[in-house]
Amino acid sequence: TALLPIHTWNLPGSSMLNLWMPMTVTYIHLLLLLLDPSSALMSTQDPPPSLGNHSMDKNDVDEAEGHFTVPIAFRVFSVDYHHVQAPFEIVLWIMLASLAKLGFHWSGRIPAVVPESCLLIMVGLLVGGVIYGVRHTAPPVLSAEAFFLYLLPPIVLDAGYFLPGRLFFENLGTILWYAVLGTLWNVLGIGLSLYGLCQLGGWGLEEVSLLHFLLFGSLIAAVDPVAVLSVFEEIHVNEQLHILVFGESLLNDAVTVVLYKLFESFLRMPSVSGVDVLAGGCQFVVVGLGGLCVGLFFGLVAALTTRFTARAQVIAPLFVFLYSYLSYLTSEMLHFSGIMAIVTCAVTMKQYVEANVSEKSNTTIKYFLKMWSSVSETLIFIFLGVSTIQDVHMWSWPFVSSTLFLCLLWRALGVLLLTAVVNKLRRNAVTFRDQFIIAYGGLRGAICFSLVFLIEDFPKKRLFITTTIVVILFTVFVQGMTIKPLVELLDVKRKKRVLPTVSEEVHCRLLDHLLSGIEDVVGYWGQHYWKDKFEHFNTKYLKRFLIREDKQPKSSIVRLYQELERREQMGETDEGKRERSPAM
Amino acid sequence: MGSTSSTLAKIPNAEDLMQETGFTPAHLVRLYDRFKVLDKDKKGFLTPQDFVAIKELAMNPICDRIIGAFFTSGGETLDFPSFVRILAHFRPIDKNRPKEPTSPDPINSRSNKLKFAFQLYDQDKDGKISRHELLQVLRAMLEKQVTEEQLESIADRTIQEADLDRDDAISFEEFRKSLEKVNIDHKMSIRFLR
Repeated sequence: TALLPIHTWNLPGSSMLNLWMPMTVTYIHLLLLLLDPSSALMSTQDPPPSLGNHSMDKNDVDEAEGHFTVPIAFRVFSVDYHHVQAPFEIVLWIMLASLAKLGFHWSGRIPAVVPESCLLIMVGLLVGGVIYGVRHTAPPVLSAEAFFLYLLPPIVLDAGYFLPGRLFFENLGTILWYAVLGTLWNVLGIGLSLYGLCQLGGWGLEEVSLLHFLLFGSLIAAVDPVAVLSVFEEIHVNEQLHILVFGESLLNDAVTVVLYKLFESFLRMPSVSGVDVLAGGCQFVVVGLGGLCVGLFFGLVAALTTRFTARAQVIAPLFVFLYSYLSYLTSEMLHFSGIMAIVTCAVTMKQYVEANVSEKSNTTIKYFLKMWSSVSETLIFIFLGVSTIQDVHMWSWPFVSSTLFLCLLWRALGVLLLTAVVNKLRRNAVTFRDQFIIAYGGLRGAICFSLVFLIEDFPKKRLFITTTIVVILFTVFVQGMTIKPLVELLDVKRKKRVLPTVSEEVHCRLLDHLLSGIEDVVGYWGQHYWKDKFEHFNTKYLKRFLIREDKQPKSSIVRLYQELERREQMGETDEGKRERSPAM
Repeated sequence: MGSTSSTLAKIPNAEDLMQETGFTPAHLVRLYDRFKVLDKDKKGFLTPQDFVAIKELAMNPICDRIIGAFFTSGGETLDFPSFVRILAHFRPIDKNRPKEPTSPDPINSRSNKLKFAFQLYDQDKDGKISRHELLQVLRAMLEKQVTEEQLESIADRTIQEADLDRDDAISFEEFRKSLEKVNIDHKMSIRFLR
């Protein structure tokens, strides 16, 4: 989301050394042992934990002043931690996260019951606890800047690149309905009812203004794409349900951005008029469409660039990543919705890039995206755990529990009402079971967390932070862990594990053409009509312009046929092959 | 509504049509208006040329087969009731309809929808989709995107997957079975009224 970063890593540099000593002193010992035979030098160079800084500085100072008490000539072996400090620590955190993930998958039956996100948060809590126990001050907090600029984009890019395009556009109306109206409903509902309750409740929160509550509502109401992705990946519900929840979590970013910034700027203004509210409403359109346009632009430019990469195939994947990231950054710079930009960019460029670049480059793109998004996701959850261990938590039983309750209540009501309306307009009604999963799958995550830290300081800010953490932990742990058994209990339609047969694909294509024809006969501008119009435009102009002459893209029938043939040659059966993304 | 009922009065046998096809008066009126628009020369019936005149339809790969499906039994004229009966296939399935075993399936039942799709393949009406007929359809849909060899392999595989009685052709039952996992109601229905 488009918010100016305020916090950076809030620790002084040298204390990071003490931070890692408890964790990696063994690691460094082993390393030194392996590298240096002379133990005498090693003992001088390996200081006890608490004196870590001082002995290093003393040695350096000695050298500088030219005091050679015992001339060991020059140092054959030395440890210069400051030189590599920053990348070393980043790598160690990523290593910790990845080892935790590895360990998780080897731990027997746990993965079946507990989703990965929960376990990672628990590891984070453990690490945070250890750090707090050793140093007696708060561990590093996930900075909003690091989160929004570095950790979030890879995940959203991966999601956007592998978005099932057809399904998404078929359900776009419903998704937008949930994303825009649903989020608005939740924000206003939670904000206003919390305000009302606090005014009446006598919990000592009467002085907190309505705007603060609305601001809080705007950040806590939004469904988080990272959490949804992580949990839904493991429960394999039918694709339509998955795309509804997931699409909503992606597209509600625009609404969240606007509302959050709106209320934040209202807080700073002396008075709020009706015109300002109206301007806020217009801003929503600007933010959403702006993100869309930025994404479209960069997507098309990326597609065009890959047209010319035949002679330098190795760097073709790089363009995909660079242009996507650029679209995100540009959108954030212009205060548009970054998530919408990067998703649009990925969706736009995918078919042209796939046609233009070699097979190996396509595989590279796929696996790099998966890897980066996996690392990001793991880091986010671990840091959520670590950042929970705070020095000052402000707790208030009534406020926290009522926030939790209201979040669940308003979401359930919202989904029920909105679905009742939208079912009248859909071909495929959203069943009650699906509605339950949509409401229950409204998980909150790191976006709320970062946003709450960015609020300007006011007396009850710590209470808001604590409450946000509780809500996130509740949704991820309780809802995340119970959603799988609930899906099985309610017998929600699951995802088809196998690829369709070629005959299915051929017949379905025929039916598509048939329905387009019938729509033309009746004169009805339905989905098939618009799909056909786009396909014609695409074939006539876009593909000719953006794809290399010799590489026109293959029809889905041909691709499916080739994929099935390939699998049979490799000796894999359809049942054995799983369609889920590799949860590395 | 005033205009609906007045137009309804102009349609001959409107009541019977609605009973047979399940269309509401509003639907029927809309289709009647569309029929009039397509019938540019005001003949009172439609000819294949009227269909070809629909610009978007002319660009459809299986345009001729779709038009052929309207003009069954080789006739050159299509009156309004026949027009409506064909289009009734594409009404969404009525889930709440009570199932009476003795009454015939409504036109928009899953079975009838599939039969309609089947006849698009089966041009010679022998009840089977032969390899040749399948190839023709594939060629029309995939046009210049594939080589002839690939077309043949795809056709071979399609028949091989569906053909249970090994007669190198796809019967209606085999066709229906190969589409059992597909939500035909979703794929073959149009929301008629905007």
